Amino acid sequence: MKWIKKHLIAFAALAVLGYMLVPNVIVAAFSFNDPKGKFNYNFNEFSTEAWTNPCGAQGICESLGLSLQIGVIASLSATVLGAMIAFALGRYRFRGRSATNLLIFMPMATPEVVMGSSLLTLFLMLGVPSGRTAILIAHIMFCVSFVVVAVKARVATLDPKLEEAAADLGANPTQTFLRVTLPLAAPGIAAGALLAFSLSFDDYIITNFNASPSSITFPMYVWGAAARGVPVQVYVIGTVMFLLALIVVMTAQLISSRRHRQVV
Amino acid sequence: MAETAVLSTGSAAPRSRRRRNWVPYALLLPGLLWLVVFFVLPMVTLASQSLQEGNVDDGYVFTFNVGIYLDALKQYWPQYLRSLLYAGTATVLALLLAYPLAYFIAQKAGRHKNLLLVLVIAPFFTSFLIRTLAWRTILSDDWFVTQWAQALHITDLLQAVGLTANDSLLSSRFAVIMGLTYNFLPFMILPLYTSLERLDPRLIEAAGDLYASPWQTFRKVTWPLSLPGVVAGTLLTFIPAAGDFINARLLGTTQTTMIGSVIDSQFLRVLDYPLAAALSFILLITIVSLVSVYVRRAGTEELL
Repeated sequence: MKWIKKHLIAFAALAVLGYMLVPNVIVAAFSFNDPKGKFNYNFNEFSTEAWTNPCGAQGICESLGLSLQIGVIASLSATVLGAMIAFALGRYRFRGRSATNLLIFMPMATPEVVMGSSLLTLFLMLGVPSGRTAILIAHIMFCVSFVVVAVKARVATLDPKLEEAAADLGANPTQTFLRVTLPLAAPGIAAGALLAFSLSFDDYIITNFNASPSSITFPMYVWGAAARGVPVQVYVIGTVMFLLALIVVMTAQLISSRRHRQVV
Repeated sequence: MAETAVLSTGSAAPRSRRRRNWVPYALLLPGLLWLVVFFVLPMVTLASQSLQEGNVDDGYVFTFNVGIYLDALKQYWPQYLRSLLYAGTATVLALLLAYPLAYFIAQKAGRHKNLLLVLVIAPFFTSFLIRTLAWRTILSDDWFVTQWAQALHITDLLQAVGLTANDSLLSSRFAVIMGLTYNFLPFMILPLYTSLERLDPRLIEAAGDLYASPWQTFRKVTWPLSLPGVVAGTLLTFIPAAGDFINARLLGTTQTTMIGSVIDSQFLRVLDYPLAAALSFILLITIVSLVSVYVRRAGTEELL
């Protein structure tokens, strides 16, 4: 009975994982398609055309470049801002703590369409033109909270005695921070940065409110393609991003587990 | 030794704390300023925009036109209701699907834990628009999924309960709700995983030793201890799902339009800013009130 129950959970878990991964398998398979019409919805004929010519569809690589650029700048900025807030929350007592927590929580509890449209009204009122800068401002805004949560979770698990020990051994606060706190919090900061990048790279709804015709991000390109006809190159880029993410995360885990073994 | 102990506990620590009182505020300032200017302030301009009258060419005048909220609700209440219903259903489905997977990864996966976690997160990196397009392929009429569903009379069943309008799976309420469930599933799994990972397996063993059935163990031990994850996960799924319109547009029909779609097109295509702002503000108020009632009832204050 116990055996059946244990394996029932495993079976259910794997079925759900399958549900989550099926679209990625389809995307990978259809990146080798040579579709009949403009849409890549039915498998017609095997072809490596899109893989050998990934920029073959007009504007696709420009939009990818813009998304990568925005993703890097937005995630780095949000990581700096968010990590600072997380350290303040995790390491200091101060007044206004619950107000701060509420302000961090609110962007996560607001639908994207509300954030995007409200920013648009602000930019309209101030006369800020839509485009790359507006998109960057928006992306940094909605990424900060997620970075705070990721870094705070890590900071909360750190033993404050380590910092006290550093202070006892004569390190000044800056040294303690740079040589003890920061390295220990690094995995949380990395996780927050990665999360911020993926949120920024994948955002369509907020971006669409603040973009101009000259700032077409990759998700906007895909959205436009969904109406006009989807080039196979879209599926190639989707597959490459998936594989890159797998490689990056697995390498990071290998490094951290090896370091862990050395320490222990 | 004694001297350093006295130094660090006696005089140095309080003095340094007093001197460094400004440090937390300095750390908070840039980030919170960003959120105040680009998150809180826009809510004010959104509210103000909704109460103005005018048009894009001649400009707007603040007239405190509250009536627009009634017009907005009168005209678009079906889209609001639909959004809440779809998002609510998708949230319940996501919870049912995510729980066994999160439990398995947290408690049973052993050394495969990290690999499984990576597989949960990795699909994120293929743009969710592309993955939603892939569902168009999976659910299309020519594919085996629809054909099997027809052969097994699942399509008849879905049609009988009103989730589809005909023999197809695509372009239906079913497809939209399925897409919402799929797209926000990782947001349910990760918080659930975090709280289930903290669960001490010895508590489950103890319940078994005390003759609790597996169901009783789940109801009295596992579920209550995973509640913080359940609350966080349902919020992170429901909120974005209620405002989403990608799934409704790519997998649905004009009969499945959600409120996000209306807001988007009123702002960007119709350019009726006051009405669009009112619609957006109503959605915000609805979500915030639902969330605060829910959080209070669930009794979890430490969401962050």
